[in-house]
Amino acid sequence: MSIWEYANPKKFMQTSAWALPWVVGLTVLCLGTGLVWGFFFTPDDYKQGSTVKIIYIHVPAAMMAINAWVMMLVTSLIWIVRRHHVSALAAKAAAPVGMTFTLIALITGALWGQPMWGTWWAWDPRLTSFLILFLFYLGYIALWAAVDDPDTAADLTGVLCIVGSVFALLSRYAVNFWNQGLHQGASLSMDEKENVSDVFWLPLLVCIAGFVLLFLTLVLIRTRTEIRTRRAHALMARERLA
Amino acid sequence: MMPDLGKYAVAVLGSYAATVVLLAALVGLSVWQRARAKRLLAETEARQAARERGRTDG
Repeated sequence: MSIWEYANPKKFMQTSAWALPWVVGLTVLCLGTGLVWGFFFTPDDYKQGSTVKIIYIHVPAAMMAINAWVMMLVTSLIWIVRRHHVSALAAKAAAPVGMTFTLIALITGALWGQPMWGTWWAWDPRLTSFLILFLFYLGYIALWAAVDDPDTAADLTGVLCIVGSVFALLSRYAVNFWNQGLHQGASLSMDEKENVSDVFWLPLLVCIAGFVLLFLTLVLIRTRTEIRTRRAHALMARERLA
Repeated sequence: MMPDLGKYAVAVLGSYAATVVLLAALVGLSVWQRARAKRLLAETEARQAARERGRTDG
């Protein structure tokens, strides 16, 4: 079986209808377990006190803000190269989800930064690239809404997505190569010395899995909505011609 | 049951509250749009089916 079979809207609708209840169940389980574990059953950090509990929403939201854009990039490239409508609609469906995750990362970052750094905001490389990523999400959604022809909109937003990927990657790696600013390095690392302690790391992993599943749930629901809307508009166009 | 958040209670609870509000709004919007699209497609398909029946009968 080839992955391109799912480019067929009918096949996608059938498979996603079967998968959705499982994905929703796993999302509730992972997100519920991770957040309750992190909020209620982890100790305060010796340096950051109880603000360390913000890690369970800030880090997964920030990771998914970038990963959502990467997913949009892949699906946009599939649209540009192979002209599969489902992939263009999946990119469109993912944008509001990615934008919300970016906004959550910015807000929780500001709320965390104020007591730790003494400021809500700094023009730090990672913070600034995240703000630009948020603006790219807004622009992407606005461009889809502004163009009437869906194929032209998919083409234009695909190009915007490729350009915005520079900032998505910059958001991810800015702290590694830009040795300035307030934001610390990656919270999750293969290097034991850099990685957060196990007592925070394990619930954080569960929360990250929960956010990945939440993203998947919402993208599936929203892509199905886009496919239905596209079909309804195609039928209405046929009605007008008849 | 509620952990003692000390002087950082506003920052921690504010972060969780903002996240819950934003995610609830996103989920609510997605579910509402899904219901609207389902209804629109059902109505359009019903109209099309009725027209095709009329064409066959006529």
